[in-house]
Amino acid sequence: MSALPRTSPKVSQAVAFALLWIAAVVVIVPVAAILAIMLLKGGKGLSWELISSVEEGLLPAIAGTAALVALTALISAPFGIAAAVYLSEYARAGTLVRLIRLAIVNLAGVPSVVYGLFGLALFVTLLQLGRCLLAAACTMALLVLPLVITASEEALRQVPRRLREASLALGATRWQTIRKVVLPNALPGIITGLILSVGRAAGETAPILFTGAFYGLTHPFPRSLGDPFVALTYKLFVDATEFPHVEEAEKWATAAVLVALVVAMNLAAAVFRARLRRARRW
Amino acid sequence: MSSDANLPIKKPEGEIKLETHDLSLYYDGFHALKNISVYIPARRITALIGPSGCGKSSFLRCFNRMNDLIQSARVTGEVLIDGANVYDRTTDVAALRKRVGMVFQTPNPFPMSIYDNVAYGPRLHGIRERSALDEVVEKSLRGAALWDEVKDTLRKSALDLSGGQQQRLSIARVLAVEPEVLLMDEPCSALDPTATFKIEELMIELMENYTIVIVTHNMYQASRVSQYTGFFLLGDLIEYGDTVQIFENPKDQRTDDYVRGRFG
Amino acid sequence: MRRTRQAFEEQLEQLERHLLEMGTFVESMLEKAGRALCQHDVNLARETIAADDTADQMDLQIEQECMRLLALQQPMSRDLRTIGTVMKVIADVERVGDYSVDIARAAIDLAETEYYKPLEDIPRMVEIVRRMLRQALEALVARDLELVRQVIEKDDEVDRLWYKLRGQLEQTMRERPEIVQQAVALLLVARYLERVADHVVNIAERVAYMETGRLEVLAPSHLAEAPSRADAEGDSGPAQE
Repeated sequence: MSALPRTSPKVSQAVAFALLWIAAVVVIVPVAAILAIMLLKGGKGLSWELISSVEEGLLPAIAGTAALVALTALISAPFGIAAAVYLSEYARAGTLVRLIRLAIVNLAGVPSVVYGLFGLALFVTLLQLGRCLLAAACTMALLVLPLVITASEEALRQVPRRLREASLALGATRWQTIRKVVLPNALPGIITGLILSVGRAAGETAPILFTGAFYGLTHPFPRSLGDPFVALTYKLFVDATEFPHVEEAEKWATAAVLVALVVAMNLAAAVFRARLRRARRW
Repeated sequence: MSSDANLPIKKPEGEIKLETHDLSLYYDGFHALKNISVYIPARRITALIGPSGCGKSSFLRCFNRMNDLIQSARVTGEVLIDGANVYDRTTDVAALRKRVGMVFQTPNPFPMSIYDNVAYGPRLHGIRERSALDEVVEKSLRGAALWDEVKDTLRKSALDLSGGQQQRLSIARVLAVEPEVLLMDEPCSALDPTATFKIEELMIELMENYTIVIVTHNMYQASRVSQYTGFFLLGDLIEYGDTVQIFENPKDQRTDDYVRGRFG
Repeated sequence: MRRTRQAFEEQLEQLERHLLEMGTFVESMLEKAGRALCQHDVNLARETIAADDTADQMDLQIEQECMRLLALQQPMSRDLRTIGTVMKVIADVERVGDYSVDIARAAIDLAETEYYKPLEDIPRMVEIVRRMLRQALEALVARDLELVRQVIEKDDEVDRLWYKLRGQLEQTMRERPEIVQQAVALLLVARYLERVADHVVNIAERVAYMETGRLEVLAPSHLAEAPSRADAEGDSGPAQE
């Protein structure tokens, strides 16, 4: 085989750009396709009634998902933020910290169905919570914890070192510095990270499958943390797998509502972050 | 002029505020400060000069134990303030830092109002009363020659101030905790000449009540404001003495080369 | 950085060169003034007086160079001492020029006068003082403290000649009133030369300062040996700081 003639830089650049462009487009295509199919197939199923009706519509599922997300945030935030503060502000590099970080990375890699089974074993059975909103939220909180910790650590890292030094040099203790300087300045970033993290709680099915979600109209709205609840993901899963008579359009409409909910949360986080970036100028 | 052995350190006349004996600082295996012994006089300005990486900033940070923040840093020898070793096990580091204030290279106001910046320290140390805080804030801002410029905008964000004003705010913030010593780590390196001039004026005013140690890259700043000067090179304190003597007639060839700009 | 430092060092060298030129020029003025006096040479004396303008010009130009270096280079340590020294030294050199003019004026005044005896000590003083000036400037350029010491030693010799001459002239004036006019003029010339030597000692002391950084009086002897100098006229102040 003869040596290839040397290609000109211009040609190789054109080739490289083309490949990069294709890769970028490949990312967009599935997203666009999903949205398009969803809207095409579910478009005629979408109606105000679908969203607002208790018996025929999605209201119980939307409410359940919202409750789940809120409770997950409430449970994961204190643990996640506290752990992040410990890791970024207090811990000195050592075996313990390495172990904790390893645990966080592994936790993030565990399949969500394993969380579901773990939640069933721990919260539902061992702690005797039963299949309920609280058990599901606890399970979901475990799932998002690594995300919350990572996001919070990132937000804490964004607080400039010189602010910490300024505070310490004035005779503040570490804890005073964290409470008065570090946390107030990191909080917006932490909240943004938290919203993005618990957004996943809205979209996961497996962890709530065994721990608290149910399907039916006997209890459309959970009245306490001890009640089971309807969630969009679970309803969609059951509709799609067990009830062939449910109209296609309705299933797709449900999916559209779910996607819209998650997108709305991400959007809220993005807007929140953008506004903070403008307000903060160190 | 001697070149190899370091000259014996002469003890300045008058009251001594800070001293070090055989102070060494290590970062992991790196010997960053080598057996430094020095006396720093009270209510005078002492300047530390030397090329980048010579250890002068690390040395400054021994006096308020800011080096504690660096995990790999290890200190041997003694650092005394009024005769008491700051590296004693029993030393309350927060209390030490209240006595030994520090102004940093880049102005670092907290992202809060001018008032809250100055009141930060007093609040930390338990002052809650509104009138007492008002008083401390005004006194400190006056002390830092900033009051007249900000007295009508105390509630505005400190980040709206100019660089020079921010640095004077940093000084006011330190004064508010009523320290005895002011450590200044290249306080003017981010400032223009006018702002630099104001800070230098301020330092000379503050000298009446505070012991000031300033690290500076700018020899001319050292020669303008200080009474004593120490020259660091590669972790050694090469020469320490009267500022006039250091700049007019240094005893060590290396000091001579440095102050004449013949280094490297 | 390297290049600006090099340029600065070249400027410092140039400064010393200019000082040396001025010193050589003033030394020649002194030599001419002495010769004019001994040889009754009015033209040479006039030449000397005219030359003073050039010396003054050199003085101003060197001072300006010093000021410029101080302003632009903010010299430290040895460099600072060198420039400070040059600024002080040119003032002394300039004074030597002025005394040469005074001697030249005396030469014109005495042009028609027959000396009562051949001049011996005054030419000798001129010679010694000239050599002192040359050595002091050499010491400056070479940073030679040994030369500084020699200059200061020679000052004692000049002082001895001055006392000797003053005594002789006093006596002659008492014995031969008719020569008082020339004796007074010669007394003044001897006095000028003694003052020149003091200025040269100042230069030498400055060189020592430049080298060692210590400001000290190196020649205290002529103060101790001159009890009658207290009432002598101090035309340019004491020789020491």
